Amino acid sequence: MFYIFCPYCKEHREEEEFHPRGQAHLLRPEDPENTSDEEWGDYLFFRDNPRGIHHEMWVHSVGCRKFFNITRNTVTYEILETYPMGEQPTITADSPEIRHEQGAQVADGGWQTVGARPENKALNEETSS
Amino acid sequence: MQRYSGFGLVKHAFGHHENWERQWRNPEPKKQYDVIIVGGGGHGLATAYYLAKEFGVRNVAVVEKGWLGGGNTARNTTIVRSNYLWDEAGRLYNHSLDLWKGLSQDLNYNVMFSQRGVLNLGHTLQDMRDIQRRVNANRLNGIDSEVVTPQQVKEIEPELDISNRARYPIMGASWQKSAGVARHDAVAWGFARGADSHGVDLLQNTEVTGFKIRDGKVLGVHTNRGDIEAHTVGCVAAGNSGVLAKMAGIKLPLESHPLQALVSEPLKPILNTVTMSNHVHGYVSQSDKGDLVIGAGIDGYLGYGQRGSYPTIEHTLQAIVEMFPMFSRVRMNRQWGGIVDTCPDACPILSKTKVKGLYFNCGWGTGGFKATPGSGHVFAASLAKGEMHPIAAPFSIDRFHTGALIDEHGAAGVAH
Repeated sequence: MFYIFCPYCKEHREEEEFHPRGQAHLLRPEDPENTSDEEWGDYLFFRDNPRGIHHEMWVHSVGCRKFFNITRNTVTYEILETYPMGEQPTITADSPEIRHEQGAQVADGGWQTVGARPENKALNEETSS
Repeated sequence: MQRYSGFGLVKHAFGHHENWERQWRNPEPKKQYDVIIVGGGGHGLATAYYLAKEFGVRNVAVVEKGWLGGGNTARNTTIVRSNYLWDEAGRLYNHSLDLWKGLSQDLNYNVMFSQRGVLNLGHTLQDMRDIQRRVNANRLNGIDSEVVTPQQVKEIEPELDISNRARYPIMGASWQKSAGVARHDAVAWGFARGADSHGVDLLQNTEVTGFKIRDGKVLGVHTNRGDIEAHTVGCVAAGNSGVLAKMAGIKLPLESHPLQALVSEPLKPILNTVTMSNHVHGYVSQSDKGDLVIGAGIDGYLGYGQRGSYPTIEHTLQAIVEMFPMFSRVRMNRQWGGIVDTCPDACPILSKTKVKGLYFNCGWGTGGFKATPGSGHVFAASLAKGEMHPIAAPFSIDRFHTGALIDEHGAAGVAH
């Protein structure tokens, strides 16, 4: 169960209040009239599918109903940060502290605590005012 | 290869079953092969088997990073059916169903294919219209399928709640009699044994770490056991296809999600068939061992953790109890997750790529198991001839740029 910090409500809430809505930071082609089929196809259907750090859009569907972004590890399921729409992530796959653990495989032995760690300041620096 | 038979069983009984031949060799990788298959799951092994047996390409290696059939083949709900809406998908899955019928004989390996039928329930007027449309499409494609009334549903599966007291009363169903279930591990092992007996090298614990590509042509793969050369490489790696594609510099329209399933404690025989419901969103059958095999939707977010989330389990079991109120007290023994590579149109990708000689067979999403023999067969034909098989051709990656999608979301049995 994810425990997600909503950057608008400023609270951690359970996963069931939220809905994942796919990859974040997708840009619609600016000039539709002069966009090729190739570019439209890429925009509509082709997505990053990384083992590791991923930026995705979620909606607080039964809370404030606002969209926001999450940086999450798709292997360990750790949520590294949440940030409002329009902002850029502070942690990316190229961040030095991330790079060494990229591709790390997690043992399947059991459930782990997943989700943002409220005690870790670095994770929610911007939002935990 | 030692052939299995009743006589052999009796003969080996005298030796206390200690002298059975190993089912396949565990060879050292050669330097060069005609074809390399990346991924030793059901689809990969089936591809290798048909390549060697039907298309005479015997110098083949299957490269598997774990053990054979240890991925999604070992993590599914074993359902086989072909009641898809679109002609292209109907042809592909029905080709597979035709192969299932003779598979145990062909492989000399009991895959326990049991044609106990599949019900797809309708709970709303719109469900029933969709079901009627799909059944008509099926019949036009020569796939056996019919619309049944709630009373007929009750005759097929007496424990279903068809009363009006249900929150979502059953208004009817589609019924494919020739569908059913098969033993998933036996499918992988049967294909592995068959492929091995035709000379295919099955390389376990061999992980592909990169591709050798020069001038837009594939020359082989880098692995943790050294480089292996081949001018034809077929990638059949399900949830990890995106990772492989990235190594080759190719982008795929895939998202990998955990799909989980559950099995209950074993019960006496109570279910006759496979029951699926798109609307309440769950499906259930009973294994020959007696446990209820239950599945539903994927986790909505991207993930490579083979486990899945609690909210999905709860949702799945709500659906099962809605259909079968009597199962409310049944205990679940275990739960697992597989990583499914979902495509935007809920259809697979069987395709050449911009790298010459490099092929991908992926994107089966939540419904790959049923396609194992058919997928292997048409993919093998494509690899052997260098041209996509006519059944596979519509499933090219190009469709995401031309717009010729095959939208099968409705026929996926459960909505994903």
